[in-house]
Amino acid sequence: MLQLVLTLIIYLILVIPVGRYLYHIAAGKHTFADPVFDRVDGAIYKLSGINPRQGMNWKQYAMALVGTNAAMIAIGYIILRIQSIPLLNPNGIEGMEPTLAFNTIISFMTNTNLQHYSGESGLSYLSQMLVIIFMMFVSAASGYAACVAFIRGLAGKTKDNVGNFFADLVRITTRVLLPFSLVGGLLLVWQGVPQNFSGNVIVRTLEGTYQVLAMGPVAALEIIKHLGTNGGGFFGANSATPMENPTILSNLIELYAMMLLPGACVIVFGKMVGDSRRQHQTSKAPENILPVQREGIAARLLGKEGRSIFLAMSILFLVGLSLCYWAEQQSNPALAEIGLSQSAGSMEGKEVRFGIAQSALFTTVTTSFTTGTVNNMHDTLTPLGGMVPLLHMMLNCVFGGKGVGLMNMILYAILAVFICGLMVGRTPEYLGKKIEGREMKLTALAIIIHPLLILAFSALAVATAAGRAGMTNPGFHGLSQVLYEYASAAANNGSGFEGLADNTYFWNITTGIVMFLGRYLPIVIQLAIAGSLMKKNYVNESAGTLRTSTVSFAVILVFVVYIFAALTFFPALALGPIAEHLTLWG
Amino acid sequence: MNETTNKNAFFHGLRQSLVVTFLLLLLCGFVFPVLLSGISAVVFPRQANGSVVYADGQAVGAANVGQDFTEPYFMKGRPSAYHYNTYYEDEQGNQYYNDGSAFAGLGSGSNNYAPSNPALTERVEADIQAFLEANPDVKREDIPADLMTASGSGLDPHITPESARIQIPALAAASGLSEEELEQIVADNTEGRLLGVFGEETVHVLGVNLDIAKAMGLVGDASK
Repeated sequence: MLQLVLTLIIYLILVIPVGRYLYHIAAGKHTFADPVFDRVDGAIYKLSGINPRQGMNWKQYAMALVGTNAAMIAIGYIILRIQSIPLLNPNGIEGMEPTLAFNTIISFMTNTNLQHYSGESGLSYLSQMLVIIFMMFVSAASGYAACVAFIRGLAGKTKDNVGNFFADLVRITTRVLLPFSLVGGLLLVWQGVPQNFSGNVIVRTLEGTYQVLAMGPVAALEIIKHLGTNGGGFFGANSATPMENPTILSNLIELYAMMLLPGACVIVFGKMVGDSRRQHQTSKAPENILPVQREGIAARLLGKEGRSIFLAMSILFLVGLSLCYWAEQQSNPALAEIGLSQSAGSMEGKEVRFGIAQSALFTTVTTSFTTGTVNNMHDTLTPLGGMVPLLHMMLNCVFGGKGVGLMNMILYAILAVFICGLMVGRTPEYLGKKIEGREMKLTALAIIIHPLLILAFSALAVATAAGRAGMTNPGFHGLSQVLYEYASAAANNGSGFEGLADNTYFWNITTGIVMFLGRYLPIVIQLAIAGSLMKKNYVNESAGTLRTSTVSFAVILVFVVYIFAALTFFPALALGPIAEHLTLWG
Repeated sequence: MNETTNKNAFFHGLRQSLVVTFLLLLLCGFVFPVLLSGISAVVFPRQANGSVVYADGQAVGAANVGQDFTEPYFMKGRPSAYHYNTYYEDEQGNQYYNDGSAFAGLGSGSNNYAPSNPALTERVEADIQAFLEANPDVKREDIPADLMTASGSGLDPHITPESARIQIPALAAASGLSEEELEQIVADNTEGRLLGVFGEETVHVLGVNLDIAKAMGLVGDASK
């Protein structure tokens, strides 16, 4: 318990400076490292003919994002298919089968990292580097770029300029992801994560048997996997393997690496929105400026609007973490029945060095921050413990990965403002802009896509023999496996109830489609909402305005998220994890 | 806007997309991993090469990866769905895990049995039976849970101190070492929590067995 509290307190201390740095990058402000990075970026701009100061409207921005991602998909697909060439392939890995390559490339471009292959036997080092590591950088950078453009739209400094996509992509990669990865990667090697290009090593054990030891450029993949909230492991068992995650310290490094940037995004949001509000007020009526109010420390660090969003996300996160930790500490009644002591909690699928506490924390974080890396096997979690990661992927707004979680949460905020407006008769406004029919329609559409993808495809899988063939656990848990797979695909999370036998045409193709739609539809719609809001004029705050920077708004937001989840997902959850829980404890 | 400017804008956008893709591919997919390898090889050469453990100059395992032990005088780790990638070869070169099933090649993971899966209960029951046979002094309800449950990776190098302690009487009988010696070996290979707070207390099984082998005179010198 104490270690969980301390881990989270350290996070809160770390996220503030990272948020400030990210804000400087996003807003194009000066940072201490500019002299170096300006040269690197300048060279890239020059070679590719980019004018970083040329603004784009939301449509051009979305087109540039989708177009660039398409180019990346094409190159990556070719490399996966021809990876058997003897270049950086010491273990003689074969080329990848077409539907699996399709699934893999969509999975990594959309930042999902659902893996229907096992890294040990499925990928050469060349693919691990040029496809996986490369995609981990650029899919994260694409997501953050979209988020920054979205925030610019909401902050609304201009009427239609959301920034230059290529400049955002390059700046985030060179100034945030690469330097952080280099330092973090070295720390991981220090803790024992391999980083080399030699083939697997076979040793003769003390008993005269043999053991194969996996090698490869693991640390390089490992750090960006977390920093970019990607989640796809070098090896099949991901961050549970001691090569990827050898010590408790490496576990904490990976934990913070995946938590820092999504949290920092909220700070960027709070600061950028706060900036333009202030600017707007001073320019409009300089004589009426209210005396500077004494702001609380959280408001100063996070921005007022950022604070309520951060608070709402934190409440959702802590509720989930508590449930998961409690559930995993409970025994497994089936094992207690055959006389195995269960005082240590449910240890099946968990590593001794992480124990129950750090496993539950990692599980909740990886699905809240939509990374998808695992340090224990989610399929073996207790029913309620496994429901938490499932639920958080269904919510998809508890911090969320690579900026997308923040964008989803803003949609819920718009929804909350609208619902409250209806209930108490106030004009729905958010961040000083009126929420009208067009925004509400787009918001409803974006929010409904996610459950639609999960539930419709789960229904399809359960209804077809090809889908049912994937279930490997009997009873209610089989349905949980299916739900989990599509929730993970739609939320672009990438963790799995790994027992699912998913490397088949059916699963490769359907999850590929879900990941693609789950990624690009919401991003385009969200940019459209920002584009629509930024065209509007500010409305002056009046007595009729619902203030969104308050604690009570954060609480309302939490309830809106839970009510929406209950209305859409409760029946499915009742048939999966809840029913399994009741059978075990019944 | 007329058609030519539209077309030009399209090709300009295409060029930007393609060249940026190529440059980032080079930078993130090649320069970064190679640079990190280079620095690691100089600063942390042992870890970068997989922390291989040697005994009498021969590589016998890796510090972070568990192993499948069968000899009665060696401490046992947790069950593994991949038998820790440990195998033996017969004369024809066929490869088998220690339990006689065919070696599946390098892998990692667990059986992914749900808590409600009867296969889990069966596997645990069989392991308990085998363990009680090998450790006749132990009572069923005293067996710690981690020793009978599989890890997530199938490569967990650790067990809990309780799981180590409970094996000592049988190990002493099989190895000829005294229980005090074995307790000392376990203590030497036990690591506490980080700063006394983070993580769990662990016993490193390969480390224990290297020390047992040394004490029994099976190997002369070992580096861990």
